Amino acid sequence: MAREWHEIMQAAFKANEVTLVTYVPDKVLTPLIAGIERDRDFTIFATAREEEAVGIVCGAWMGGRRGVVLMQTSGFGTLANALASLVVPFQIPVLMVISERGTLGEFNLGQAMVCRTMRPVLDALGIEHHTITRLDELGFIVDRSIKQAVATQQPAAFILSPLLTGGKVFTA
Amino acid sequence: MSPAMNDAPNTKVMNRFELTRRLVAQLQADEAVIAGIGNTNFDLWAAGRRPQNFYMLGSMGLAVPIALGVALAQPKRRVIALEGDGSMLMQLGALATVATLAPKNLVIVVMDNASYQITGAQPTATAFKTDLAAMARGAGMQHCSWAADEADFEVLVARALGGDGPWLIAARIDREPGVGTTDRDPAQIRDRFMRGLGVKG
Repeated sequence: MAREWHEIMQAAFKANEVTLVTYVPDKVLTPLIAGIERDRDFTIFATAREEEAVGIVCGAWMGGRRGVVLMQTSGFGTLANALASLVVPFQIPVLMVISERGTLGEFNLGQAMVCRTMRPVLDALGIEHHTITRLDELGFIVDRSIKQAVATQQPAAFILSPLLTGGKVFTA
Repeated sequence: MSPAMNDAPNTKVMNRFELTRRLVAQLQADEAVIAGIGNTNFDLWAAGRRPQNFYMLGSMGLAVPIALGVALAQPKRRVIALEGDGSMLMQLGALATVATLAPKNLVIVVMDNASYQITGAQPTATAFKTDLAAMARGAGMQHCSWAADEADFEVLVARALGGDGPWLIAARIDREPGVGTTDRDPAQIRDRFMRGLGVKG
């Protein structure tokens, strides 16, 4: 049975004991959030801001629990300082799932602009990131990248392309 | 507009290092303490190194979220966030998250000198009309108190260390700078903290 992207991602989190899930919501992430909410092995909640979620996941890691932050592109745009002054120098494997807005059919110019800052920021900070476009590669990328993040004590970002999720659709 | 200390909390103006020293002296159970950047951090450092202390080196405003994360990961350990008023104002949404999740083992201590002391003592909003304990109450936290004086601070800390939280204790402090200066080796700070929490052997 072919599984949906969000089911594969949830299973990869579970298999790697990533049980603390924080998010600032996004329409595309809705089925992932809903699926995790139904699974009692996870703790999932929304925060007011993305950097708050990053702080929580950092604290949880230092306390022995693995966590992930779910967000959209514009949310990542608020994170440069938290990543540069907390996550990277303290060597904390914060996992980030970013639903990609701003490309492949964007209708909001602001989203398109902030999208252009995302990969340069990740590259400037030396953060491993993968843009996931194919369902058949998703499980492998997420599973292996979580293991690498934990083993090397480095953060990792998964950018979910509209090619994978369908993105946010509008009529021009 | 000249800064005039908000007269709503009818409390004594105390000293950060003195209060931090009293707080640390009450810790008996390897409680985790996460201190925000600047003077809050420096006075925790000066109050005596503990392997359960975490010192931020940036990420202003994230002491409460980091402490919340530790509290969620280790629900049997008491976790204390030490913040200044400027830092707390930067991440007020965190109070709503704390209120919503209501971790019983989390204590927030706000050292309020109504100023960004370390950058030149520019006034913060608490120098005018803003009351951080009232904001925490408005966020949905039930146990929010101003410490009337040093003895009252110790009573509030004892209650927070012994009973179900989350708690917020606010204290008016003077504008003295921090007493010490932390090491600035982030990987070492993190590693020591994790060992102090029993996460690494």
